[in-house]
Amino acid sequence: MAVLNLQNVSKSFGTVRAVQAVDLAVKDSEFISLLGPSGCGKTTTLRMVAGLEISDNGTIIIGDKDVTSLPPGDRDIAMVFQDYALYPHMNVMDNVGYPLKVRGVQRSELQKRVREVAARLQIETLLERRPGQLSGGQQQRVALARAVVYPAKITLYDEPLSNLDAQLRNEARIFLKHLQQEVGATSLYVTHDQAEAMALSDRIVVMNQGKVMQIGTPMEIYRTPTNTFVASFIGNPPMNLLKCKVDAAAGVFRFGDAATMPFGSIRGANILNDKREITLGIRPEHITLHTEAGDGWLPARLYMVQKLGSETLTVFHAQDQLVTVRLYTDEPPPLPENIWLELQPKHIFLYDENGNLIS
Amino acid sequence: MNRRLTPKQRLSQGVISILAIAIGLFFVLPLLWYVFAPFNPTPSLGVELPATWSLANFVKVMSNSVAMRGLPNSLLISGSVMVLAAGFSTLAAYGLSRGNLPGRNMITYVLILFSSVVTGTASMVPIFVLIYNLGMYDTYQGIILTMAGGALPTSIFILSDFVDGIPRSYEEAALVSGARPYQVFRDIVVPTLRPGILVTGILAFVGAWGSFLLPLILLRNPNYQPASITIYQFYGQEGNPNIPAVAAYAVLYTLPVLLLYLLINWRYGFRFYGGIKQ
Repeated sequence: MAVLNLQNVSKSFGTVRAVQAVDLAVKDSEFISLLGPSGCGKTTTLRMVAGLEISDNGTIIIGDKDVTSLPPGDRDIAMVFQDYALYPHMNVMDNVGYPLKVRGVQRSELQKRVREVAARLQIETLLERRPGQLSGGQQQRVALARAVVYPAKITLYDEPLSNLDAQLRNEARIFLKHLQQEVGATSLYVTHDQAEAMALSDRIVVMNQGKVMQIGTPMEIYRTPTNTFVASFIGNPPMNLLKCKVDAAAGVFRFGDAATMPFGSIRGANILNDKREITLGIRPEHITLHTEAGDGWLPARLYMVQKLGSETLTVFHAQDQLVTVRLYTDEPPPLPENIWLELQPKHIFLYDENGNLIS
Repeated sequence: MNRRLTPKQRLSQGVISILAIAIGLFFVLPLLWYVFAPFNPTPSLGVELPATWSLANFVKVMSNSVAMRGLPNSLLISGSVMVLAAGFSTLAAYGLSRGNLPGRNMITYVLILFSSVVTGTASMVPIFVLIYNLGMYDTYQGIILTMAGGALPTSIFILSDFVDGIPRSYEEAALVSGARPYQVFRDIVVPTLRPGILVTGILAFVGAWGSFLLPLILLRNPNYQPASITIYQFYGQEGNPNIPAVAAYAVLYTLPVLLLYLLINWRYGFRFYGGIKQ
């Protein structure tokens, strides 16, 4: 059963079309991330679900209630803000208890429930403090506590980890995932950090320029990006995208003047027309290096080596295009200047002129 | 200071210090008079230590019922002006800051301009006619509303800055939590704005407390007049001051404002800028 349904939801600010015809169904207990670069419309989408922005058209349904034009307080939602939005004049007890207070919960009952939540989030020793006396990580937990202190149909997160430094962010991510599994709350999570989205989500919605580019589980999105935007956005480093021309008669892709690669078993290659300019995508880990020429291998010249600890990224120049190859070693063998790249056919994706996957 | 100064630098430092002391003395002299004269049975306009310290001047002042009546009048008028100005400017500043009103800065600047530059002496006649025609001449309401209105533009201007400094996410978090707009305003906006509300309230209070011309024009009945007017009880027909009485009354007149400043400063501290100190 879907807890949240967005149907054809759009929003413009002046002439800027921030969100365009978004459709999305979030199932019960599901954790969904909206992922995309800044300005892609993910936060606007979240704020429309919260009721902090009113959509220009479309329908938003939470539970079985059409909330499209309801104020935020009538939508059965909880929200964690990027800056935490803790009230500076209230201590942690009053901050966490505020949603209960406005619901008319008695003071003694309120304190009891805040203590329960505080114990679960390990902030029970901080209840008397003001937000200004807390560290960033503690503020973040207080903000989480305020979101889970009352039962909401869906919890909204607006980049809640982006104000933390790298180490704390990692801890908070683990904590959040654990809390999510324990509480089982349906969640809509906005982030621009793909690692965060991959680690936390059941499904990811990749957005760009106000549109949904792809919806899928983290592995679906990583393994089968359905367009070049997702291919270039997901993965670190992202997928290699190589321009090439189709030579259907010879059954090969042509890179520049000389290099060719046979269609072989590449998905979608058999339906291609002659002379088409297409994009060939392959992840850095699916390329094998050779020091001698071989049939269908691309000649390349070594450009740069980046040692990242557990792995090494090598970058090559092949027919005026840069190709990154991932080597799972911390100490790569010495590489000669001239190298041949073997692209593994079963990991190759073909994208048409509009950047959509050919299958 | 570890740095050794050249003789020339020493000389210029000395000159600056002497000048600073002279300027300081110039401003401190009236205050010294204010401290010593009330306790001197025979004060002059010069600063002198009393030969004998006495409270006789105060006893004499307190026997003047009209003058004494001026103090509670001042409290009533200035207190009402403070409450009205702070209350309405909080609402107005919040609306201006959050309402996305086009030309918002223009509006506040024009208001400021009209209130501080154009009003005062120039608008006395229209204000008198307006209040008279409204039937509020010689009433508390007339003087309170006039002075509160005059205090509003500056108060709104200052408070808008404070409101701009409050992140909107505070209000949004409360709305999402289920608070109604009036609860958001009462529970979140007003408490975070408190330093600003205090500053504007104090400014309005002090402005009304020291105001002379407006109450002089709008109030005729001595029973309604504030202390800034009733101090003239101690001036003779020709305008000669009764120096011992004026000195003692000046102390009574200043004390409430002084106490208010001290109280607010001790309790909350003064801030003249927006933003949230967490």
